[in-house]
Amino acid sequence: MNEINIKFLEDSFKKYYFNHFELIPIPQRTPEREFGFQKFNSSFFNRHISLKDGKELRLLFMQNTPSDVYCSNAYYAFPNSPMNEKDWKEADLIFDIDAKDLDLPCRPNHTVSICNQCSEITKNNNQCTKCNSNKLEKKSLPCKTCMNASKVEVKKLTEILINDLGIEKENIQIYFSGNEGFHVYVFNSQFQKLGSKERSELVDYIMFRGAIPETFGMKKFKPNRSSFPDFNQNGWNGRFSKQVFGSKSKRSKIISELLENGYSSFQKTLEHVSEEIGVKIDPNVTMDIHRIFRLPGSINSKSGLTKLLCTDITKFDPYNDACFLNDEPVEVLATCPVEFKLKNKKFGPFLNEKISIPTYAAAYLICKKLATIA
Amino acid sequence: MLVLGQDEKAKYPFLADAGEYLKDKGFSLTQFGSDPVLKLSVEKALHRIKVAAAGEVYKSDLIDGQASKDYVLEREVFSFLLAIVLIKLTGMSTLVKRFALAEARRAENYLEKDLGNASNKSKIDLATRIIYDLFNIEIIKENDFFVMPVSDYLKHSVTFHEREWKLINRHVENGKVFLTPDKTVRLIRKELGNYISSKITNAPKPSMIPGLEKIVDELITISKKLTPTYTITTGEYPPCIKHAIDVLEKGENLPHSGRFMLATFLLSRGQTVQQIAPLFKNAPDYNSRVTLYQLNHLAGTSGSATTYACPSCEKLKTQDLCFITKECDNIINPSQFGKKRK
Ligand code: SF4
Ligand SMILES: [Zn+2]
Ligand SMILES: [Zn+2]
Repeated sequence: MNEINIKFLEDSFKKYYFNHFELIPIPQRTPEREFGFQKFNSSFFNRHISLKDGKELRLLFMQNTPSDVYCSNAYYAFPNSPMNEKDWKEADLIFDIDAKDLDLPCRPNHTVSICNQCSEITKNNNQCTKCNSNKLEKKSLPCKTCMNASKVEVKKLTEILINDLGIEKENIQIYFSGNEGFHVYVFNSQFQKLGSKERSELVDYIMFRGAIPETFGMKKFKPNRSSFPDFNQNGWNGRFSKQVFGSKSKRSKIISELLENGYSSFQKTLEHVSEEIGVKIDPNVTMDIHRIFRLPGSINSKSGLTKLLCTDITKFDPYNDACFLNDEPVEVLATCPVEFKLKNKKFGPFLNEKISIPTYAAAYLICKKLATIA
Repeated sequence: MLVLGQDEKAKYPFLADAGEYLKDKGFSLTQFGSDPVLKLSVEKALHRIKVAAAGEVYKSDLIDGQASKDYVLEREVFSFLLAIVLIKLTGMSTLVKRFALAEARRAENYLEKDLGNASNKSKIDLATRIIYDLFNIEIIKENDFFVMPVSDYLKHSVTFHEREWKLINRHVENGKVFLTPDKTVRLIRKELGNYISSKITNAPKPSMIPGLEKIVDELITISKKLTPTYTITTGEYPPCIKHAIDVLEKGENLPHSGRFMLATFLLSRGQTVQQIAPLFKNAPDYNSRVTLYQLNHLAGTSGSATTYACPSCEKLKTQDLCFITKECDNIINPSQFGKKRK
């Protein structure tokens, strides 16, 4: 990215942090957290930083004009020591739901490819149309369908967190990631002190992975109908019933079918069911107890959008609600073959055009490497 | 600290304060070497260790978990305390390991019975107290189940390999896991064994008690005979086999298919039935006669003329028994492991 673009993004981000610092909730127990940040055009990752309080956090923003800021979900005795000397105490439970992992059929329609060799920008391709290189970088643009599907996963997740895992609603926070997904935080739970292995078991539970037929009533020997789950049951038994039997009237007939098809076929059924009712979270994120996450309230430099707390996930519209950069017009040279919407305004498609668009849209395109300041 | 009733001390002697108990009854350790009446307790202790060394669980004189007479109870507790003294005197770690395991099994049976005893609330209370005091897990009875926080369940269940123990295969509600009495006790099996063995290890080593020298020598001989079978794990085994041995050594349940794989593999490596049988001793459902019979059957030494070969890697994959690593190097049967090197 060239200097002018960087200067533009740094200025816009700075203004945001100056005017909207209240959108950054000071993390609980700040001195026990590890912070990190990156700057534009630098691959260096500043990590292992400890901060005393909100003031020092503010200073970090003002002094470094970072492109991205991160904070650990873990609490350490010595957050600024190297990883193996930090003395891990506990960590909030975090889940990552990303539209990218849902891989919906609409995805190719709102994805553009940038050639790493010749910089040619085209609609979703696996090979550059200009130089035939297959080293392409993919950028996905706003899509309502993808966002809605992610919201469905978030709702499935919170239902399990509350009903199965007994987490108080007040201890769950849902954040828009600033790009294409959500981060769900769980605070003060019985799981704070669990290590990576135990968290991975929670992940399997939530994703409905590793279920055996016996758990859902199918026995290897002498299976009988009375052991199958029913609708009114709590937990996975109830959810399984809804998915597999559909309605109360069909239950009996379907159980007969399941019994007839036998044990190994039931195993296949479980795998299939897992795809449908398991929550699509990124398992590695939840398992990693030393990770640093984008700081809530900070800007995601992949989009210029804010990682924002969602109080009403149903109504939440990330491409409006999380778009905080100003609307002063900027002249850019843009190539974006796909149309997109920000702040309820349509943009594009742009075919190597010099245009004047609001700062937030210009920042969005520049972050996605689809435009430069003209 | 738990206050134990008379019966409880006999069932869970590792919870009793050994020295206190002896003093209370007006005895000292040295008396056991000479007093003819106390001799009976010494014999019982010896028996207790021998049974454990053979991989079995000692059956006490308790009837329905109750001591019929005071002296029966006394002997139960004495024999346990003495067994520890004797084992310490031998200095053999193999005996510690086996004795702790067998005693854990024994306690497990009682815990399971006490938890499952719907009619006796005080028994249930005591069993749950023991589990809380020893392992810091708070379990509460809810109808026919015992419930515990999901996080406590996970801390213990992650060491299990069987899929049955995955959280997804348990009933989970409102932050709690629901378990039957037998699963509740199974969950803490390893810790119970560790607890008993650490109690033995940490007990001070007594000086030799005059009159017990012979018994100690006898135990050393027994222990030395046992030791070689433990060298069975070497680095030359494929991951699937190592894993199976691991599971058994932890006293966890290896499915039948896994036992079949392990036995046929070791037979193919030229081990004898007698060498292999002890491996299965830690299995929760171990029965020496049945095991020997089955092994002989596989080896083709009993009646049937066929010998069984180790299943293919492909087959083992479908049975969830394969734990492939780079070292497997594209072999098609575990028995080829390590032989394909150029
Ligand atoms: S590949 Fe074969 S030898 Fe290796 S672990 Fe799997 S089953 Fe065993
Ligand atoms: Zn190209
Ligand atoms: Zn989409």
